[in-house]
Amino acid sequence: MNFDLSEEQNLLKDSVARLVQDAYAFDARCKIAASEHGFSREHWQTFADLGWLSLPFAEEHGGIGGGAVHTMLLMEEFGKGLVLEPYVATVLLFGGLLRRSGNAERQKQLIGRIIDGSLQGAFAYLERQSRFQLADIKTTLTRAADAFVLNGDKTVVFNGAAADELVVSARSGGGQCDERGISLAVVNAGAPGIERTVYRLMDGQVVANIRLRNVRVAADQLLGGEGEGFGLMQAVVHEAILAVCAEALGIMQKLNEITLEYVKTRKQFGVTIGTFQALQHRLVDMFSACEQTRSLLYRAVCSVDEGGIDADRNILALKVMVGKAGKLIGGEAIQLHGGMGITDELNVGHYVKRLIMINASFGDADFQKQLFAKLSYV
Amino acid sequence: MDIQFSKEETAFRDEVRAFLKTAWTADLADRYNAPGSFAQATVEWQRRLHARGWGATGWPVVYGGTGWSVTQRFIFESERAAYGAADVSPFGLKMVGPVIYTFGSEAQKQRFLPRILSGEDWWCQGYSEPGAGSDLAALKTKAELVGDEYLVNGSKIWTTYAQYADWIFCLVRTESVARKQDGISFVLIDMKSPGIRVSPIASIDGVHSLNEVFFDDVRVPAANRIGDQGKGWSYAKSLLAHERTAITGVADSKRQLTRLLELARREISGGRPLLGDPIFQSRLADVEIELMALEYTELRVLSATAKGKGPGAESSLLKIKGTQIQQAIQELFMDLAGYYCGAVEDAPGLGKSGHDFGSEARRAYMYGRAASIYGGSNEVQKNIVAKAVLGL
Repeated sequence: MNFDLSEEQNLLKDSVARLVQDAYAFDARCKIAASEHGFSREHWQTFADLGWLSLPFAEEHGGIGGGAVHTMLLMEEFGKGLVLEPYVATVLLFGGLLRRSGNAERQKQLIGRIIDGSLQGAFAYLERQSRFQLADIKTTLTRAADAFVLNGDKTVVFNGAAADELVVSARSGGGQCDERGISLAVVNAGAPGIERTVYRLMDGQVVANIRLRNVRVAADQLLGGEGEGFGLMQAVVHEAILAVCAEALGIMQKLNEITLEYVKTRKQFGVTIGTFQALQHRLVDMFSACEQTRSLLYRAVCSVDEGGIDADRNILALKVMVGKAGKLIGGEAIQLHGGMGITDELNVGHYVKRLIMINASFGDADFQKQLFAKLSYV
Repeated sequence: MDIQFSKEETAFRDEVRAFLKTAWTADLADRYNAPGSFAQATVEWQRRLHARGWGATGWPVVYGGTGWSVTQRFIFESERAAYGAADVSPFGLKMVGPVIYTFGSEAQKQRFLPRILSGEDWWCQGYSEPGAGSDLAALKTKAELVGDEYLVNGSKIWTTYAQYADWIFCLVRTESVARKQDGISFVLIDMKSPGIRVSPIASIDGVHSLNEVFFDDVRVPAANRIGDQGKGWSYAKSLLAHERTAITGVADSKRQLTRLLELARREISGGRPLLGDPIFQSRLADVEIELMALEYTELRVLSATAKGKGPGAESSLLKIKGTQIQQAIQELFMDLAGYYCGAVEDAPGLGKSGHDFGSEARRAYMYGRAASIYGGSNEVQKNIVAKAVLGL
C-alpha cells in the first residue's frame, strides 16, 4: 500500500504549483477571466512548452503515456489557482476521444497540434433535453451519398467558443436515449452549417451552443465505428470526472485555508472569531470533508486501470462526495466570511462558483448517487 | 385552537386578490424585475398600495396604518406572495418607520412618516461597519455635537440600495463610554448632505445592491436625532425582533416552492420529469415539510403578538428557519437548472444560453447566501435563543 508520489510525479506537481503561484494570483486570474475566450493563449503555450498537454497521449503520438495520477496532480494544482485554461475540454475530452478512437489518420493530423498548443478542441455532446444523460441525443448523423450529414443543436459546449475542431455526438440509429446507435464525428468548427452562440458561465468559462445544419462529414471523420460511440464517450467522460474532481479537491483545500486564516484574524467582540467553539467545530467539519474527498479521489485513481464495477462505483462515489463536500465547504466558506463572503472582490465567491459548476458537470451528486445505488443495491 | 377563516376574513381575502389583479400588473412586474427600472417600479408599487390605503399594513391606524388584525395581515402577505407581487422595501416601512412613530417627536413623525407611506422617501440602513458586523455595538462612526448640529465622520457598509436612497438612518457614536451600547445614538441623515459619498460594492450575484457610505464632516441637525442621545441602541434593539420576523418569508417561500414544482414538471431527464425523480422528491418533501411547520410557528408567534406578548426570542427561530428554507429552495432551483445554473445572460456582446431560469436561479442563490448573514447572522440568532430561551 503506497500513497507516495514518485520523484517524477513530485516534480510535475511542484512545477504546476509554481506556475500557479507565479502566474495565477487572484487579480491575474480575474484579468484572464475577463478576456475574450476566458483563458490565456500565452499560458496555454507555456503548458505546451512544459509538456503538460502531452501527458495522456501515447508515446507514438508524442505523449508520455501518462495516466490518471498525472491528470490528478495537474488538476489539483489547477484547482488551487482556479486555472481557466481548457485542459479538460481540449486535452481530456477532445484529445481523449481522438486517443481512444483508433482513427490513425485523425490522430496523426490532430494530436500533434494539441500537444504543440496550436489546436483548441471541444466535445459537443449535450443537448437541451439531455440533462446528464450522455445517451439522450436528438442530433442526427444521416447517410448522404458516400458521406454523412449532421443536423442538430448542441448546448453548453465547454471551450465551444475557442475550439478549432469539434467532436460531435450524433445518432445514426436507435431511440433517443439508446446507448447503441451513437456516432462520433470530428468536424472543423468553421465548417459550413455550423453556427455558434457564445455565452459565459459564472466560473469564467466561455461556452457555446452549437447549431449544426447539414454539416458534411466524410467517413474518415468518424471516431470509432458508426453507431458505436457510446463506450468511447463514457470512458472519456469518466476521465473528465476524475479530472474535475481533482480540481475540486484543490479548490476545497484552498477554501479551507482561506477560511481558517480569516477566522484566525477577524476580530469581533474583542476576540478572533476562531476562538468560538461553535465555529471551530464547523471548520473541523470542513477539514474532514476535504480529507474524505481526497481519500475517495485516491481510491478512484488507484482502481482506474483495473476497471470493472468497483472502479465505476469508486468514480460515482467520488463525484457524489465532491458534490456533497463541495456544498458544505462552499457554503461554510461564504458564511464564515460574513458580509465579505457576499462580495465579488473576495476570492472565496469565485472558488465557490467553480465548485458548483463542477458538481453540475458530467452529472451532479444526486444523479451519480442513483447510478451508484443501481450498481450497488439492485 | 381554531384556524378556520371567518366569513369576513374570506371576504377580505377576496378584496386583496381583486386589488392585486389591478395593481400588480404584468407591466409593473416586468419593470420591477429589470435592473434599469427596478427603483422606479419599487416606488410606483408603494404608491399604488398607498393609494389603496394599504401603504403600511403593520402600522397603527393613527400613523396611516391599516389597523388590520393579525389574521388579516397574514392573509394579505399570503395573497401578495402567492400572486407574485413584490414585498415592500423594508427599510422605511418596517425599520425606521416604527422607530420614528415609537420613539420620535411629533415633528419627526409629521415630517417623515407620510413620505415613507407614499414612497416619496427611499430609506437605507446605516448600521454595519467594516469593524462592526455581528458586534454592531463596536461601531465607530462618530457624531460630535457642535451647537445644534452633529458633525458625522466615519463609514457604513453593506448599505442596501444606498444608491437610490433619499435618507439614511444611522447608529452613530455620540459618546465614548465604558459600556459601548450607551454611547450610541439614532440619527436620520439626508443622503443629499454635503460630505456623503456612496461607493458601490459588487456582489456575487452580479447585481448592484450593496454599498459603502462614507461620511466626511457631514452636518446633521440635532433635531434629526431620534429620542435621547445615548439611547439609540435600545431603540434599534427593541425593533430588531420585528426585523427578524420580517425576514421569515413564509409566503414568498411557498410561492417559490410552487414555481419549483412547475419547473420540475418541465425539466426532463432520461425522458422523465425531475418531479418524478425519487431523490428530487425526497429533497422537495424535506423542504416543504419544514415550511409547513414554519408557517404554523409564525402563526403561533403572530397570535401571541396580537395578545400583546413578544415577539421575543421566538422571532430568532423564525429568522433561522426562514432563511434556511429560503436557501434550501434556492439550492433546489440551482440543481434543477443543471448545467445552466452557471449561465450568465447579460455579458455585453455575447449571446444567451436559451435556458429559461438558470441565470435567475443563480442570481437568487448567490444573493440568497446573504440571508443567513444579514439581519443578525444565524449564529447570533442561535446565541440569542440559547441565552434567552434555554438559559444557557
